[in-house]
Amino acid sequence: MTDFALFDQAIARDQRIEPADEMPERYRSTMIRQIAQHAHSEIIGMQPEGEWITRAPTLRRKAILLAKVQDEAGHGLYLYSAAETLGADRGDLTQRLIEGRQKYSSIFNYPTLSFADVGVIGWLVDGAAICNQVPLCRSSYGPYARAMIRICKEESFHQRQGYELLLTMMSGTAAQRDMVQDAVDRWWWPSLMMFGPPDADSPNTAQSMAWKIKRHTNDELRQRFVDMSVPQAAELGVTLPDPELAWNASRDHYDFGQPDWDELRRVISGGGAMNEQRIARRRQADTDGAWVREAAAAHAAKNLEVAR
Amino acid sequence: MTRHEWPLFEVFVRAKRGLNHVHVGSLRAADHEMALHHARDLYTRRNEGVSIWVVRSDQVAASDPAEKPSFFEPSADKVYRHPTHYTIPSTVPHI
Repeated sequence: MTDFALFDQAIARDQRIEPADEMPERYRSTMIRQIAQHAHSEIIGMQPEGEWITRAPTLRRKAILLAKVQDEAGHGLYLYSAAETLGADRGDLTQRLIEGRQKYSSIFNYPTLSFADVGVIGWLVDGAAICNQVPLCRSSYGPYARAMIRICKEESFHQRQGYELLLTMMSGTAAQRDMVQDAVDRWWWPSLMMFGPPDADSPNTAQSMAWKIKRHTNDELRQRFVDMSVPQAAELGVTLPDPELAWNASRDHYDFGQPDWDELRRVISGGGAMNEQRIARRRQADTDGAWVREAAAAHAAKNLEVAR
Repeated sequence: MTRHEWPLFEVFVRAKRGLNHVHVGSLRAADHEMALHHARDLYTRRNEGVSIWVVRSDQVAASDPAEKPSFFEPSADKVYRHPTHYTIPSTVPHI
């Protein structure tokens, strides 16, 4: 028996690990890193679409987009709350994000150039997120898995509003249809990159699968996403920008081309169009909000004293 | 740099009348009143609840999972507490 007999037994029996359980230090640090990165992605993920709230074409679209961006904030907070059960501190995680010591999904370092991007983000980016997140509802760390269940329920709204937005634009003018196709051309490959590097270049996958943090490999999930998206693209009337995309009857899956992995590496390490602006804005929000947090804390402390 | 991080609260939501409050997660707030407002915004955006409790996380006392075997042992060896422990002839109705 190892020092973590109860932990090993729980993993082997497909039970969940809960906050106060003893766990290997590497499991704890891996979970904190993964959950924090996921939380940061939700928080930074408010920005690309948030830019379109004031420019949404109708009150209905504005209300939907507000609700969606509010959900992203909520998802970030569920996840920070899950990370805190492992001994992390939300303020410290935020600090790590704005100092560039922790990462967020590279997808949010691409710009949102037209309103069609709002639709394509809902359809493809949130669609890819759903593919990634549904299996995480059975992740071995209990608080993370429970947060994912809440998030997945809400992501379904995100994907459907995006697809509906695109259907509406596709039934509009030729210029609107071109906007949709242009947005699809720009977001397709980055969406495929959301699943991470190919399995052969993903050194942490084996350990994460053994600990049942992950349930499927990056390539398995990417394939699932492609298989889902092709008929949705056909229904919408857009072309996915991959000449190698073709049904393979012998595999019962679509064959598809490889994303530009050098681009992924470049964007992750700060070379994307929006990296600097995303972090600058998050840092600004943190700085601008500091006096509010301090005032609220002072008010609460004073009330406590009065009560005594 | 000082981080003025607010204390942590645990949140419990009653989904509808007739059900218990169930733990749904935690959040940061300056005081109980703000915790209730944040809990409403964070955990009940889609009619998930009709009532919310918040309690400061540092006020929760919990059993130690490492002591689980000994802590819960007293309930394991008393099979006579379970109805299936008693053999009743199948001819006896409604029991």
